[in-house]
This record gives sequence, C-alpha cells and structure tokens, in this order.
Amino acid sequence: MPPFQALLDEHAANVMAVLRGAVGRADAEDCFQETFLAALRAYPKLGDDRNLRGWLLTIAHRKAIDHHRANGRRPLPVAEVEEVAIVEFPLDNGIWTEVAALPPKQRAAVALRYACDLPHTEIAAALGCSPDAARRSLHEGMKRLRKELA
Amino acid sequence: MKASLEHLTERADAEGLLDVAYATIDSPFGSLLVATTPRGLVKVSLPEHDPEETLEDLAVRISPRVLEAPPRLDEVRRQLDLYFEGRLREFDLPLDWRLSKGFRRRALRAIDRIPYGKTRSYTQIATSAGNERAVRAAGTACGSNPIPIVVPCHRVVRSGGGLGGYGGGLPMKEALLEMERVLDGGG
Repeated sequence: MPPFQALLDEHAANVMAVLRGAVGRADAEDCFQETFLAALRAYPKLGDDRNLRGWLLTIAHRKAIDHHRANGRRPLPVAEVEEVAIVEFPLDNGIWTEVAALPPKQRAAVALRYACDLPHTEIAAALGCSPDAARRSLHEGMKRLRKELA
Repeated sequence: MKASLEHLTERADAEGLLDVAYATIDSPFGSLLVATTPRGLVKVSLPEHDPEETLEDLAVRISPRVLEAPPRLDEVRRQLDLYFEGRLREFDLPLDWRLSKGFRRRALRAIDRIPYGKTRSYTQIATSAGNERAVRAAGTACGSNPIPIVVPCHRVVRSGGGLGGYGGGLPMKEALLEMERVLDGGG
C-alpha cells in the first residue's frame, strides 16, 4: 500500500470539494475529518490499492449521509443524493474516462461543475484560483472533451 | 486545506493512528527526511536518497499509516540543527531499531557508542558485534544504517586510514569528521 500521505496529497482536495457539494461548506470540514480518520483506521487492512480514490469517495459519501441523518433531515433531499451518487461516475462511464484524462485543473473544474454542480465561485475556491481562471479551466476542459468525443 | 490537514494529523496522533510520522529537515548537506514511530526515531534519509522511495519503503516495512507531521519531529530537528552547528555532541533521542536485525543491529549499536570526534575501524565494529572476522558484514551494516548521523556510521573508517564508504557520499562523511574533529579540539 502507498504511504497514506500520498492519498492525502492526491485526493484530499477532491474529497473536500465533493463534501462541500454534498453537505455545504460549513459542515464539509467535519465530514472531511471523519472521512479521513475512518480511512486511516481501515487502511492497513484494505489490501487492494487499485481504486483508492473510489474507496475514499465511498467513505465520504457515507459520512455525508451520516451527517444528513444526524441533522434529522429525513428523507434525504433528492437532489443531494443524486449529486453524491453521480460523483461515483468515474468508474465505468466512458465520458468520465475522458474527463479523467484531462489536465488536473481542467479535470477538477469539469468534475466540480457537472458532478457537484458547483458555481464558478465555488470551483474557484476549491481550486484556489480566481473565478475567471476557473471559468477558463472549465472552458478549456469542455473544449478538449468535445474534440475527444467528436 | 492546510489547516484541515494539520487538524487531521493531530487527531490521528491523538487516536494512535499515526504509525509513522515524517518531516523534511534542512541541513548543510541538503534536505534530510526523518521519520519516527511511537517508539522513537526510525529513519534518517540522506539527501542522496529519493524521499518517495524512502516513504514507500517505510509503508511496506512498518505500516502504511505514514503521515507528514513536522511537529512530531521538532525535537529531532532541534538536536540535528545543534549538531550541525557544532553545539551538540551526543544525541539524546529514543531510537526505534526495528529496521535492522541480527548482526547488523549489533554492529549499529556498537557504532552508536563511538564518541563524538573519534573513529573506529570496520574490524573493531565487527569485533564489538561479536564476530571479528565479519569485517565485510560490518561494512554492510554501516551501508544499511537506517539512522545515519544520529547513529554515527560516518565515524567508522578503514584500519589503514582510508575513509571507507558512506551512503550520503564520501564528501559528506569527510565533512562530518572534519567538523567533529575541528570543533572537538578547538572548543
């Protein structure tokens, strides 16, 4: 198994972005901590490092649901369930294989816009850039996707 | 994001989930990667070595719960800084010896007792480790030392006066010995 730090370096920002989409900015931090502590507890026994990102997103998904339940918001608002469910896309849907092949900024911008339904300002915050830069990354990413899929 | 990650590392530590904590430390020779377990300092990786490879090796040999946690290495950093300034002669740090076994560990424990500014030959180390004929194995033990500088394998030289080898490169070995001798006599 790779050092756990490598998972943090590669996936922490992505998990945080997904959680912000799922539970909102204010509660994402708590869910983020719970997600990675749970992952760290289970990690040595995981025994399969082929899809660590999917594994982390599954845990994040569960923590987001726990969060909604704890808040007594039952049944879950449909829109939010779908958001999280769609985020599990990358595994076998063809278009997301193309998305995964984009350069990191463009990939993140496309995923955050269309998987998490974040506005440009939120994408900018997640990527640590200006809203204009986020818009450009998104535009470049979409342009490239259209070319790949044409 | 940075605050979230720091918070996570603190909580992992508090819950006993931080099996290997590491940090990068500046030295006159370049960046050192240092790693500790709850037992003590387990690894010092010299600038010649690839830090990624070192971390992967620690994940395999100790635990994959490897996290960057500089505060856990504060005391190690403090003592190394003082040592490189010539203001510390003896490290006082708990050590975790688990990365070396058998003869190598015995040889490294013998090396750990060589005083500041002194040298021993590979033959002397082999003898201290219980096999005076295992001179080559004593050399291998030095080469595989997981905690160089703190366990001072740079103080082991050839009987004839040659420097022998060093994982961080011979110029580094020479510089460490020069620093120790110069500062030992001159105060």
